[in-house]
Amino acid sequence: MPARFRFDEAAACSRLPASPVDTRTRPILSYVFRRLAILLLSLLIAAVVLFVLLRLLPGDPANALLGVGATEAQIAAARAQVGSDRPLVEQFVSFLSNLARFDLGTSFVSRADVLGEIGNRMSVTLPLTAFGFLLAIVIAVPLGIVAAVKADRWYGAAISVISQLGIAIPVFWVGILLVTAFAINLRLFPSGGFPLRGWEDPGEAAISLALPVVTVALVIAASLLRYVRSATQDVLGSDYLRTARALGASFSEALIRHGIRNGAVPVISILGIELATTFLGAVVVEKVFALPGLGSMLLLAIQQRDYPNVQGVLFISTLMVLLTGFAADLLQRVIDPRLRARGGRP
Amino acid sequence: MTALETAAARPHRSASLQLGLVLVGLHVVVALLTLVWTPYDPGAMTGGRLEPPSLAHWVGTDRLGRDFLTQIMIGSRIALIVGSAAVAIGAAIGITLGMLAAFATRLPDDALAATLDILIAFPTLLIAMLVVAASDTASLGTAILALGIALSPIVARLTRILAKRVLLLDFITAARTSGTSWPGIVFRHVLPNIWPTLAVNLALQFGVAIIAEASLSYLGLGAPPPNASWGRLLQEAQGTVYTAPIGAIAPGLALVSLVIGVNLLADGLRDVGDPTRRRGA
Amino acid sequence: MSLLAIDHLTLSAGAQTLVSGLSLAIAAGERVGLIGESGSGKSLTAMAATGLLPPGITAAGSVLLGGRQVVGAPDRVLDRLRGTVTATIFQEPLTALDPLLRVGRQVAEPLRRRAARDGRTLDRHQLRRDVQALLEQVALPHPERIARAYPHELSGGQRQRIAIAMALACQPQLLIADEPTTALDVTTQAEILKLLDTLVRERGMALLFISHDLPIVAQVVQRVVVLRRGVAVERGPVEEVFARPRHEYTGALVAAARAFDAALGGSR
Repeated sequence: MPARFRFDEAAACSRLPASPVDTRTRPILSYVFRRLAILLLSLLIAAVVLFVLLRLLPGDPANALLGVGATEAQIAAARAQVGSDRPLVEQFVSFLSNLARFDLGTSFVSRADVLGEIGNRMSVTLPLTAFGFLLAIVIAVPLGIVAAVKADRWYGAAISVISQLGIAIPVFWVGILLVTAFAINLRLFPSGGFPLRGWEDPGEAAISLALPVVTVALVIAASLLRYVRSATQDVLGSDYLRTARALGASFSEALIRHGIRNGAVPVISILGIELATTFLGAVVVEKVFALPGLGSMLLLAIQQRDYPNVQGVLFISTLMVLLTGFAADLLQRVIDPRLRARGGRP
Repeated sequence: MTALETAAARPHRSASLQLGLVLVGLHVVVALLTLVWTPYDPGAMTGGRLEPPSLAHWVGTDRLGRDFLTQIMIGSRIALIVGSAAVAIGAAIGITLGMLAAFATRLPDDALAATLDILIAFPTLLIAMLVVAASDTASLGTAILALGIALSPIVARLTRILAKRVLLLDFITAARTSGTSWPGIVFRHVLPNIWPTLAVNLALQFGVAIIAEASLSYLGLGAPPPNASWGRLLQEAQGTVYTAPIGAIAPGLALVSLVIGVNLLADGLRDVGDPTRRRGA
Repeated sequence: MSLLAIDHLTLSAGAQTLVSGLSLAIAAGERVGLIGESGSGKSLTAMAATGLLPPGITAAGSVLLGGRQVVGAPDRVLDRLRGTVTATIFQEPLTALDPLLRVGRQVAEPLRRRAARDGRTLDRHQLRRDVQALLEQVALPHPERIARAYPHELSGGQRQRIAIAMALACQPQLLIADEPTTALDVTTQAEILKLLDTLVRERGMALLFISHDLPIVAQVVQRVVVLRRGVAVERGPVEEVFARPRHEYTGALVAAARAFDAALGGSR
């Protein structure tokens, strides 16, 4: 059986492009379609998992609407209202068909449209995630490169040590520390909350997000930095860099012309996961700073057994994670021709 | 080996391993101690509320007057229990799945690999939250199970890749032709070979589990007192951080010290297992 | 004047000495082989000659390349020497090329640089024609198609030809070849050797050929230096050293090569 897994490297490497025509575009298109199909399939699976898991709950969804001591009639009425009295299969089918129409149902507790509520909350969580991620990249890339290139200097080593520390710290603790230092003691920033009118008050909204964004960025940067440093180390020790220098290129010339692109490849491959982690960090940080985002929506819904809300938030989170993974995968394919040649997972 | 490689491959005692052992060992000692003795009864309100550190209460008291040092020490025990149990569950599920995938024929293996890749894209905490949300009660057991399930895809994928690589080696074919059965191959040849790399990864997941559990507790999805973990302590302390900042700092320091110790331990294991590896920074 | 004059070169990594007291000179047009087994320090010597020692290795002694001192020289000076006076080709062609760039572009880079240093400018079309010309000179068929290929799409032999083309683009006076055929299969080895031999002769380049393989070295060089654990144990014209080795180590190497040859029925 092991023999099946061997592959003929010599044969694979001696293939020349079949024609002078640019062979890049066609394989990429078919790959995009394949990945989209996998994406949709994954979404379907996620929907099934969510549905099954939440229905497995021992509790009765109808209980969320009732207090203790409800009569049978009231319970039956609540169940009908919530739809938990219909057979499971029927529930699942209606769940899926609603999903296809972008209808995530209505909250058990507030009767508000789930998707609409999510949309509202996104105005907090999305900027928090996006800016947190961007700031993390801005911090991590230069520092990671310095940590690798100047590993023999004290500041290079110090950066490495600090990033080691950084990955051991939970994001909410960073938030608590920052709030304590900058909001409570120095009173430079609000200690929490988001303006009621949201982004209609852009200055207030931005200030409310300042500390949360920094919190998320610091934690993600610590993790990203290690990947950037490792990628830079690989580039510095690489043979192609040595070839470039042996043929007369200066260090910076070789690094720019060959190092950046090659170093970006392994970093991009984890960008998708890091973005997903950023999103999750944002969700946790919302609790630290009392921000009305997806995180608080989810936590409240879990407490209240508000299944449509729980389902909706988790489904949207899943969607975002899958989409970022998809985008990162495509980006990697575009940059690295070796992935295109094999036609699949290396 | 070239002259250069010979020069670099001198085996050296790993500083990471030693430091890691000290840090983790400290927590283990404290945790074991709490099984038989704590400075005060964890539930007893023996002091005023939110007292600053004093001779009677080295880290002060919490908002109900209970000794904070006791709470933190118990936190060590909780963290170690959660970490070990979650990693054990994750390893059990993950190694089994990964091994099955490595031996599977093309189609099931591809399907499993694709599924694992998708699952890995989800942060551990998200999966854990999903499992906790799906269960009725928030308890230590639930959190551990949730974390174990959340960690298993990563372990499974690593196991699959490593096992596949080992299965390609010639001595496996030799073992097969000499009549060793497949289970024998797994336990006598594959597992021992992949174990060093796997162990390093599991050690790292230990740290991930501790942080994830702290986050779960902070969000209110973890175990309630008396099994209060550091995350829970931090959540309770946040409200009173202005009057009693130590409450927001001490549990965090304890947590960070344990996780750093675990990470150093993992790095040390990596160094010891393969001294010819290029050292970072 | 020698192109490369190494005088009492000592290379150390911390307390360990890797090469000690090595002296070697190569004049214009001369072809010299540096022979030794793994760990003898021969590749490090080649790196020292161009100032490309990895971090952690210190050099003492004198290395004059094109008349300029290399040991302790700043990168500014060394960058100029590399790519004009000397060019190097390495052992493993797959990793020696940038995996993300088409090989045509990788050949164009040293071409453009050399032209700039000579004060010439090359427009796009001229550059492309020059790249094609180089690819033809290293006997690559269908140069237009090959130029658009990525390194992983080529065979080992083809990649090494690209590496040679890149080195030739620098129009070096001294070509350093560090085990250029070791990673190739036997048939390809012979082809690449022949190619190197022809090109070096045609252009009157000096050659420093590094290898552990005696018969291979013997085909392309005039003189050899035998290196053992960082010390030069024998040197001389190649036929003489092989026919009448004076040092026992050289004798052992020659005997082993002969035994191998005989075992193959002299078919090498």
